[in-house]
Amino acid sequence: MSTTRVIDKAEARRRRREARVQYLRDSFVLWRRNHLMVVGTAILVFLLLVAAFAPLIATHDPYAQTLADRLQPPSMQHFFGTDSLGRDIYSRVIYGSRVTLAIAFLVAVISTPLGMAIGVVSGYFGRATDEILMRLSDIFLAFPKLILAIAFAAALGPGVENAIVAIAVANWPSYARLARAETLAVRNNDYIQVIRSMGASNLRIMVGHITPMCLSSIIVRLSLDMGTIILTAAGLGFLGLGAQPPMPEWGLMVSDGRQFLVDQWWVSTLPGVAILIVVMGFNLVGDGIRDILDPHQRQS
Amino acid sequence: MTTVNTEPLLRVEDLKVRFYTLRGVVHALERVRFTLNRQETLGLAGETGCGKSVTARSVLRLIDPPGRIISGRILFEGRDLLTLDEATMRTIRGSQISMIMQEPKMSLNPVIRVGDQIAETLLIHERSLNRRTARARAVDMLAQLGIPDPARVARRYPHELSGGMAQRVMIAMMLVTRPKLLIADEPTSALDVTIQAQILELMKKLVREIETSVLMITHDLGVMAETCDRVAVMYAGEMVETGPVRSVLKNPQHPYTRGLLQTVPDKANPEHPLYSIRGNVPSLLQPPTGCRFAPRCEYAMQRCHEELPPYYHLEGDHQCACFLHAEKAEVARP
Repeated sequence: MSTTRVIDKAEARRRRREARVQYLRDSFVLWRRNHLMVVGTAILVFLLLVAAFAPLIATHDPYAQTLADRLQPPSMQHFFGTDSLGRDIYSRVIYGSRVTLAIAFLVAVISTPLGMAIGVVSGYFGRATDEILMRLSDIFLAFPKLILAIAFAAALGPGVENAIVAIAVANWPSYARLARAETLAVRNNDYIQVIRSMGASNLRIMVGHITPMCLSSIIVRLSLDMGTIILTAAGLGFLGLGAQPPMPEWGLMVSDGRQFLVDQWWVSTLPGVAILIVVMGFNLVGDGIRDILDPHQRQS
Repeated sequence: MTTVNTEPLLRVEDLKVRFYTLRGVVHALERVRFTLNRQETLGLAGETGCGKSVTARSVLRLIDPPGRIISGRILFEGRDLLTLDEATMRTIRGSQISMIMQEPKMSLNPVIRVGDQIAETLLIHERSLNRRTARARAVDMLAQLGIPDPARVARRYPHELSGGMAQRVMIAMMLVTRPKLLIADEPTSALDVTIQAQILELMKKLVREIETSVLMITHDLGVMAETCDRVAVMYAGEMVETGPVRSVLKNPQHPYTRGLLQTVPDKANPEHPLYSIRGNVPSLLQPPTGCRFAPRCEYAMQRCHEELPPYYHLEGDHQCACFLHAEKAEVARP
């Protein structure tokens, strides 16, 4: 062997563990140094806690209407005031975090595997397959995501489930593009040829050797897209194509308050602020993840 | 049947491969024929770009578009591989015929432990095998290669291995299924000279143990003399000469082979200027009609430029495609 010094087993294992710990420690330092990402992380942690403990944090039933108390301004009784049906806006915003997280999660779960599968197939087979799939994705990419999501949601009919499908369908092309680019970079590597020369089928090569290579960039892209997904969901809710009343969805709540915007500003504004903060949180973390995974940053 | 064992393992007949590129049709292989007997090592020699690797890839039918196998036959145990469907071909790749590539480090997936990569060859071909047994067999294979502490090496990633070690892993990966034919595409040219000898020794030993035939591609004539029983010399997509290694190296019959052997530096006479064959390798986009070596050949006659020389049968299983032998020798049957 080429090692000049004999390293025993325990020593080698210790070194490997050290290297891993060092990597995590470096990541932590980079995270700490990026103040905006710390803020973003705090926002997301807060969001998760709120969603998890919504029943404990909320002061009222988010669906309970008290028509006598309609359009009350923020007070100690109702922190964020009440809406036109006398529902407590604070409790509705708290429960709304669950809806938002559920939508974001489901969209991610549907659109990334779909986009990745299409992108890998497209890049791996190339030629006509690539041409057809990529022109298809071009058609999707030609429209702004929100417009496309509106079109799909309108075609499928209003409702949260349909909104999720609509957003996922509008989102896959960007993942497909990314997965295709990664596939093209990996496809002609010698080791892909080697595994093929050993009798591996195309499916085996794509699943076992190419998809794992696409994962990291897809994850970064997804974390950057989270904000947009939430914004699109809120937009659909606002337009009446997403969540339907009485669901405490933030976009829908903003929409509900439109007619009272001048005199009862809190009805629209406070759910809007919730959207703003959460989207910002996702974007800050997304940017931060990209920076941390960037090997150039690690040099310094 | 007793005839089965005398039948050659691999017989390539007049293989023709072309690449349809934007700049034109590349006549990569024009007339390649050779026979590889059981448990024999055949060396495929020739300079860079003469079609050695294309020949190797054709045997596994791994020529990707825009390349295409135009005609010829590749008989493996009497079965023409060119007529098989892709699914059958996949069962042959890796289990019957394996290929070792030039760059060991590039040939391993950087993010998978080498033990798992060796195990994968087994898993592809043996459906009933579970991952744990496959891993154990991978470790056994590494042990058979004389690697110290094979279990630890199996858990390594490719970047943690030296070039020689990586090539050993590749050999393990290719031989773990005990293939009947091993194609080695310049297995040592990316390695240090000191490691080269070790790897070649190792290959020789294993090939004997597993009773595998080897198609050894190399441009290193020294390596060829060391390892091969017979050699086939290629020039610009043509097979120009085949025969037993001693006969070809000691008594080359084709002017190209002669030139190739003269390019080897003479240790006894270091002041002697290095020999080079005059002219350049012809463009395979417009190969010369007739003998492809004719434009550079000192002995070229008029007919060399006009017609393709047939293979002449010389003494002792030696064949040569050159008109210089037209008077003395008989034309070999294809």
